[in-house]
Amino acid sequence: MSGLSRKALTWLDERFGAGTIEDFLRHKIIPIHRHSIWYYFGGMTLFLFIVQVLTGILLLLYYRPTPNDAFESVQYMMTQVRFGWLIRSVHSWSANLMIFTAFVHMFSVYFLKAYRKPRELTWVSGMLLLFIIMGFGFSGYLLPWNTLAFFATKVGTEMAGSLPIVGKWFLIFLRGGEEVTGATLTRFFGFHVAVLPGLATVLLAIHLMLVQQLGMSVPPGVERAIAEGREPKRSMPFFPNFLLRDMIGWYAALGALGALAAIFPWELGAKADPFVAAPAGIRPEWYFLFMFQTLKYLPAKVLFIDGELLGIFGFSAAALVWVAVPFLDRHVGFGRTTRFFTGAGVFVIGYMLVFSWLALR
Amino acid sequence: MSVPENPEKGVQPGRRWVNILLGGGLAASVVSFIYPALRYIIPPAIAESTSRSVVAAKAAELKNNTGKIFKFGSKPALLVRTAEGTFRAFTAVCTHLNCTVQYRDDLHQIWCACHNGLYDLEGRNVSGPPPRPLEVFEVHVQGEDVVVERKA
Repeated sequence: MSGLSRKALTWLDERFGAGTIEDFLRHKIIPIHRHSIWYYFGGMTLFLFIVQVLTGILLLLYYRPTPNDAFESVQYMMTQVRFGWLIRSVHSWSANLMIFTAFVHMFSVYFLKAYRKPRELTWVSGMLLLFIIMGFGFSGYLLPWNTLAFFATKVGTEMAGSLPIVGKWFLIFLRGGEEVTGATLTRFFGFHVAVLPGLATVLLAIHLMLVQQLGMSVPPGVERAIAEGREPKRSMPFFPNFLLRDMIGWYAALGALGALAAIFPWELGAKADPFVAAPAGIRPEWYFLFMFQTLKYLPAKVLFIDGELLGIFGFSAAALVWVAVPFLDRHVGFGRTTRFFTGAGVFVIGYMLVFSWLALR
Repeated sequence: MSVPENPEKGVQPGRRWVNILLGGGLAASVVSFIYPALRYIIPPAIAESTSRSVVAAKAAELKNNTGKIFKFGSKPALLVRTAEGTFRAFTAVCTHLNCTVQYRDDLHQIWCACHNGLYDLEGRNVSGPPPRPLEVFEVHVQGEDVVVERKA
């Protein structure tokens, strides 16, 4: 460390103990084993989230959230504002990559049983963050006010509205009225740029604090191998060793984002018109495809229950069970995994892949 | 004065009243903050359009075996001219998840692109996920105009 930065550190240390910052950074160690690659996906998701915040702020400089202006303001940004196309395309691509890395992170934690005691709450906060990310995706999708977004929002909010008892209230709360109108756009804009970022920041702070406090989980298989002396216990300091490796990944991601945005700029589509029919071949973003396809297959009535309601109940129940997995998987522990839960995870991934593929066919 | 070990046990009657009043007052003020906020979240209801009929199209506008979306009040509706040349009108809002349906000239049926729901020309849900039939409107041809009317 150079003399100047050493001096600055000493100056801070005399005032509020900058040594604690160093201690904080030194506290975190990354275990090294054959599954260490999965440790990168949480940080990658965080990096893409930061890209979202920065590009989102830039988009706010030109975007206007009203039904008469929204589409035109995005169009103006894409065609007139210098690098507007780049900023918007990076925001869209980064959003999709972030959802992908968040899912990879979640499934890797699931299969490596990192949710087991004492990290139950880290899992729960992570799942809540995943739902928030999907909320970001759903609310942001409407903002360009194009036809696809208009119908996606109609369908999505209608699903929420078909819930018993609270459904009607919830639908009006989401839409700002009975129908998807300019009031919906205003609300979704508010959710997307104020409510969700606020919630995400708080949850992210909790999630990262828990990770810092509890350290990185070592998968049960590796734990057992180390305990039985079949494998040496190896690790690496998070700062600066692992962080530098993280940053190589982030740098590559930034390059990929720029390339994707330049080669495949994000489409804007046609302006939403409440008085045209839903276009043929309409479908939601890829991460909602498996639910979309399930809704297509469900008949009007299953016994005496509405098909769509059954679908919504099914997915809600599955999501709840998924959040509660650390409390249900009681057998998992030091060096032990539960085959049933691993199998359930394989089933869930299989279901999502097969139904998404069927939707794309 | 020593603090009692079990706070509940050692509470004097006067103190209990203070707790109830304090807690009750706090709860009441919380409710008085939340209630207006909850009411604010729900927008005022917009009066439904009272007009029971609308001119959906000019008769000459539609060829046989075509459909047209028109505005009926605040909602889209669908006017179909069948292959035989008669007019039919329905709400265009799919009973499944609220998408806007369209007339399919190849199937002679009404189709929802969102989840592949089909209705026949009586508005009945015949295939796919829609749970209920489409609302059917009355159609009168008055000179040039095709007038669509909500059934009484």
